[in-house]
Amino acid sequence: MPRLWRFEGTIDTDILAPGFYMKSPLHELARHCLEAVRPDFARSVVKGDVLLANANMGVGSSREQAAEVLKYLGISAVIAPSFAGIFYRNAINLGLPVFTIDEKLMSIPALADGAEIEFNFDDAELQILDNATCIKLIPLPNFLKKLILDGGLVPHLEKRFEQEETQS
Amino acid sequence: MITLAKKLLSDASGKANLDVGDIIICNVDLAMIHDSGGPRRVKPILERLNRNVWDNEKIVVVTDHYVPAKSDETRAIQALTKKWVKDNQINNFYDEQGICHVVLPERGHLTPGLFCVGGDSHSPTGGAFGAYMFGIGATEMAGVLATGSIWIKTPETILMSWKNQLHKYVTAKDMMLAMCRKIGMGGGRYQAIQFAGETIRNLPMQERMTLSNMAAELGAQAGLIAPDETTIAYVEAAGGQVPNNWRNFQIETVEDTRNRMQFDAANLSPQIAAPHSPENSDDADEFQNTAFDVAYIGACTGAKYIDLLAAAEVLKGKRIAKGVTLKVAPASLRDQHRATEDGIMQVLEDAGAEFLANSCGICAGYGEDRLAEGQVCISSTARNFKGRMGAQSSSVYLASPYTVAASAVTGKLTDPRLVMGE
Ligand code: SF4
Repeated sequence: MPRLWRFEGTIDTDILAPGFYMKSPLHELARHCLEAVRPDFARSVVKGDVLLANANMGVGSSREQAAEVLKYLGISAVIAPSFAGIFYRNAINLGLPVFTIDEKLMSIPALADGAEIEFNFDDAELQILDNATCIKLIPLPNFLKKLILDGGLVPHLEKRFEQEETQS
Repeated sequence: MITLAKKLLSDASGKANLDVGDIIICNVDLAMIHDSGGPRRVKPILERLNRNVWDNEKIVVVTDHYVPAKSDETRAIQALTKKWVKDNQINNFYDEQGICHVVLPERGHLTPGLFCVGGDSHSPTGGAFGAYMFGIGATEMAGVLATGSIWIKTPETILMSWKNQLHKYVTAKDMMLAMCRKIGMGGGRYQAIQFAGETIRNLPMQERMTLSNMAAELGAQAGLIAPDETTIAYVEAAGGQVPNNWRNFQIETVEDTRNRMQFDAANLSPQIAAPHSPENSDDADEFQNTAFDVAYIGACTGAKYIDLLAAAEVLKGKRIAKGVTLKVAPASLRDQHRATEDGIMQVLEDAGAEFLANSCGICAGYGEDRLAEGQVCISSTARNFKGRMGAQSSSVYLASPYTVAASAVTGKLTDPRLVMGE
């Protein structure tokens, strides 16, 4: 069953993709994702898990890998009250779902680290199973939704060009 | 009244009445790429997409990072860049002419009202001309080159409002370091920062460029300045096409008055930012007696003509202190020629400066002049992150060209006003 990973403090790109391993291949870099704050994260995370972080998520450098490792590890959505701009762009362009949550909802006790969850991308809803709470996230504009569903910018463009060709 | 950011994005997207947060698709008027993040990174993606560039006239390619190319690896990068430029019939190719953010405006490519992207994080420099310009990564750049368009989330505007005149020997760089301290590196939250007020209106274009350039250090997406007569005179002299409607971009508003920050130039002293962040800034005299090894006048941020002129003002008739070196890498070939004609280069040389190529050089931690282990540098560049300009154990103080030059004279970090007897 997918779980919620809730992080305190500010999560920057160096915590997500540590500079020391930036030269390593993605699978190696991913093993060190978030290890500075949660050494067990990369080992324990399973496909479908959701990450909840504080405001200004992904602040730091422009490295695309900060979003890429989370996608590689199977994170199905990153939720935060706000995102650093370049991280937000990179995540969407690489096909990693990022959702903004109303800051006020952050204090709901159900949003606890380790809670069992079900995430609905289409409706932008996070179900907390233990106590049947449904958290409504701020929906993504259709354009960005499509970009993510296609797997990011490059596959999105591939698909678009294919369609244009068959039409012409 | 809409903000300047919204006006520019509205024009680029064809959508009126934009709200903050609206996602829009903008048509790109100009895409700038350089030798490091450009052809070598976008070529494979364009090949995967099986696409050519959307409009060869709207692309500008500059070589500035791996210049001069002295290794097999960097020579291969330059060869690839040249071949790509030729294959794609890019006419706007500036090979070893200087740093992209300086070359672009000096060749008349930036005018008010344009929507531009650059494959470099200091691309907000273009905002000094009343254009919307921001930096993107290689994947996104490939997307732009293939389609001529890009998505953008309509940003909120933060207005940095400056009043009064700067004192002598206090510059745009000092204003910026003071803003970095006040709002922090992430303080811009990827919004559009706009610089406004009488202090800004009295700045020449190359000083305004320093402000917009370092909007990147404030965490902003863009660093805008509304165009005025100074902008138009510069663009015309550079051979650019001034749009008839340029006055439509003379907008200085914010959505939320809480996003208007007030600064007073009359209270500003020369600033120095301590290692390893631009936000570690304080008045220069707080750092007196700090020793260093290298004084560097370089980068798009701090080695334009006006910066060379400032350094020469301090160094005229003086010699640099024993035990320190002064390295000067003029930001563009044109600026260097102009400085030579005006006798500026001679003054710098007589003072004991060594000259480096018109490229990113030490600022990008590139080349044999990069900082060695343990070296301390006072630099006119934009960033002093750990290890950026060389060895991990090196450290960098940031300051204006005046302050860098004055420090070179005394051998210690120095407020330029002390050297100039102000
Ligand atoms: S001079 Fe420095 S800041 Fe400017 S483009 Fe080059 S590396 Fe970037």
